[in-house]
Amino acid sequence: MSETNFDLIVVGGGPGGYVAAIRAAQLGMKTALVEREHLGGICLNWGCIPTKALLRSAEVYGLIRHADSFGFRINGDVTIDFGKVIERSRKVAAQLSGGVKHLLKKNKVTVFDGHGQLAGQGRLKVTRDGKIVAELSAKHIVLATGARARSLPGLEPDGKLVWTYKEAMAPRTLPKSLLVVGSGAIGIEFASFYRTLGAEVTVVEVLERVLPVEDAEISAFAAKQFQKQGMKILTSTTVAALKKGGDSVTATLKDKDGKSSELTVERVILAVGIVGNVENIGLDGTKVRVEKTHVVTDGWCRTDEPGVYAIGDLTGPPWLAHKASHEGVLCVERIAGVAGLHPIDVSRIPGCTYCNPQVASVGLTEAAAKAKGHEVRVGRFPFIGNGKAIALGEPEGMVKTVFDARTGELLGAHMVGAEVTELIQGYTIARTMEGTEAELIHTIFPHPTLSEMMHESVLDAYGRAIHF
Amino acid sequence: MPVEVLMPALSPTMTEGKLAKWLVKEGDTITSGMVLAEIETDKATMEVEAVEEGTLGRILVPGGTENVAVNTPIALILEEGEDASALGAGAKPAPKAAPSPAAAPEKAAVPPASAAPAPPPSRAQAGGETTGRVFASPLARRIAAQAGLDLARIDGSGPHGRIVRADVEAAIAGGAAKAAAPAKAEPRAAAVPAAAQPQAMPAPQGDFEEVPLSSMRKTIARRLLESKQNIPHFYLTIDVELDSLLALRQQLNSRSDAYKLSVNDFVVRACALALKKVPEANAIWGGDKILRSRSCDVAVAVALDGGLITPIVRRAEAKGLAEISAEMKELAGRAKAGKLKPEEYQGGAFALSNLGMYGIREFAAVINPPHGSILAVGAGEQRPVVKNGALAVATVMSATLSCDHRVIDGALGARWLAVFKGLVEDPLTMLL
Repeated sequence: MSETNFDLIVVGGGPGGYVAAIRAAQLGMKTALVEREHLGGICLNWGCIPTKALLRSAEVYGLIRHADSFGFRINGDVTIDFGKVIERSRKVAAQLSGGVKHLLKKNKVTVFDGHGQLAGQGRLKVTRDGKIVAELSAKHIVLATGARARSLPGLEPDGKLVWTYKEAMAPRTLPKSLLVVGSGAIGIEFASFYRTLGAEVTVVEVLERVLPVEDAEISAFAAKQFQKQGMKILTSTTVAALKKGGDSVTATLKDKDGKSSELTVERVILAVGIVGNVENIGLDGTKVRVEKTHVVTDGWCRTDEPGVYAIGDLTGPPWLAHKASHEGVLCVERIAGVAGLHPIDVSRIPGCTYCNPQVASVGLTEAAAKAKGHEVRVGRFPFIGNGKAIALGEPEGMVKTVFDARTGELLGAHMVGAEVTELIQGYTIARTMEGTEAELIHTIFPHPTLSEMMHESVLDAYGRAIHF
Repeated sequence: MPVEVLMPALSPTMTEGKLAKWLVKEGDTITSGMVLAEIETDKATMEVEAVEEGTLGRILVPGGTENVAVNTPIALILEEGEDASALGAGAKPAPKAAPSPAAAPEKAAVPPASAAPAPPPSRAQAGGETTGRVFASPLARRIAAQAGLDLARIDGSGPHGRIVRADVEAAIAGGAAKAAAPAKAEPRAAAVPAAAQPQAMPAPQGDFEEVPLSSMRKTIARRLLESKQNIPHFYLTIDVELDSLLALRQQLNSRSDAYKLSVNDFVVRACALALKKVPEANAIWGGDKILRSRSCDVAVAVALDGGLITPIVRRAEAKGLAEISAEMKELAGRAKAGKLKPEEYQGGAFALSNLGMYGIREFAAVINPPHGSILAVGAGEQRPVVKNGALAVATVMSATLSCDHRVIDGALGARWLAVFKGLVEDPLTMLL
């Protein structure tokens, strides 16, 4: 009989849950983790990581197609072995999931394979195939059960013709034409991937622009690039109905004037948001509050039920893996009484979208900053002014920075272009350390790098850009 | 390894002090017991003596440095056979396992300071003194500057106590930490309420010269404010005739040149004997109890340039007038030279303050915590008195006892004063 009494139990082994468990173990708590499917969660198995593997394939394909401009002549056709592209993606996910298992073992976290469900104060029941396999107890229970794709009435995914992210990640063949519903990070990444590989891609967005959470300038810039690549973008448009055929779907689209049109595609990807996995985890009869399918927590990830915590996608936005991980750490450190903690400030959470061109941002958009009453100073710098960008053959992109005119606080930074997802961290550190324009101006950026644009954008906000 | 000379703790409560002056220089040969430097605490100047022998390799904290934390390495002594090249390795901040403080100046009286570095004193306490570098984010600094706030008065909630923006914003919202002289404050800052803390002073109007606070001035400010805010004072005044005492004094002083008794020496002895006769008044407030002193110690206020200090005549009830007189002279002399040891001015239950020599008729003194009372004595002067229904002239001195009402009630204070008056007016009883 294995141990059933713990200091802390985490329900869910995604990037929130497993990180929380490891940190709790580091802090000396006897820790258990309950996971029903894959260690690493959606992120590692069906999200962030495998899509990055797919997008890398798309990027390589894009480079090959432009081989000529780099001085290479390809004799004969370049063909896509789509099965191999998918296989590589799955292998990457499998390798990392194994890594998480090892990390948990190394940190002496006891892993229970099954579905966790609250069963009274400080108690958790673990079931597998409907049978109870363990009854655990702990003073602290951290719920990290994540989220799943949202479906709209009449637009339910079937896994064959109408996909969610999961089917979109591992299809057997490359569809010739595709309708992507929703232009947030997930929708746009798939749209970009399939378009780069040659599919006819149409993106439908209910709001007036793609990547609606990003700064308006950035999203307009990105949209223009997508369209240049042949992607069709229909904003302020909704999908009224989907009619399934044998190997195709006909969508009825409605624009903002109410005008209907029809579009027939091979496959549809639904990417219209997520819903929290709040069902069947024993919330009934507890004080845990659920609003719009997500658990309500305070700044320390506490629910209204004493001893029950929630982190990651199960809770409020932004729904990002790194937010979940950070919440996991914060939650258990708070429980352990670690000093010097502050609740998460969402304006310090960077967001990355791995489309082509990439989009990355942290903090307030220019519009949001103004709406909050900041008098702003805005700086911009285009990729065309950066030596490294030109050498890479990536002259399309821009870096935008938004400062508070009075305090010099870096309110937000917004980037679009090659490798910007790797660059945004510089601005995130500046925000977390509460830097002002002075520190950024006096920071020496290495030459030749794309990061020099980050410097120039700050300089531009203060009328001092050198290279543009 | 060079030996570190650490900033000594001269009293159990000392967290920092001023390294006033180095008496040796780099390269000097150091012998055990040699005086290396003078340390100025809130009350006194103390000497740092060498425990080790060797050569003074490097002075790490120059003379005149304020707010040096206890256990900070202040110098390095090279041991025999070591040369200056050994200094590089030794110039680290105080290691945890430092040898017992290299320069504890007192043989046994001062409890040895802990070898571990003293915790940094909270900046919000200690009268808002700035202690060394203030860690704050750039944004916190800028917002504080724009709001005219003194970062030294804000507690940091960030990593390792770093002041972050949220702390400054909380301070602005709470109206705390207003800088004493917000000369460059923006107009916006004027709207911030400034009076929430006692340290928060309004911007001065007019032309002022700024006088930096000495350690002693800071201590006086802090302790006497604390006294007036926390101790429920009340005051009892009595007139005491001095003619018999003056006559006795003249008689005694004419007998020998070995001593020269002052009126104050008699008053000290009278106080001690009154405390002995009324032990309930020889007490201090202990929070959840009253602490009654077993010895009759009389702390005597001594005026200094820029302040005052109260050296204590211990067990004065057991000391004769000549002994008290000699001790008082010696203590006052060392007090004026700033050479009192902490245990010579700390403690006791009672103090005496005499402004008679300045012609003051009477005054009420502020109790010096943790004392339970203080007697303020004015000048002895000829005054008309009524004796047996007739007007007469007597040398009269007014004495006012300030009492901590938590310890001494009115009747008790009055009883003590009556005993004191009896002793002074009939000084021969002091011999009993």
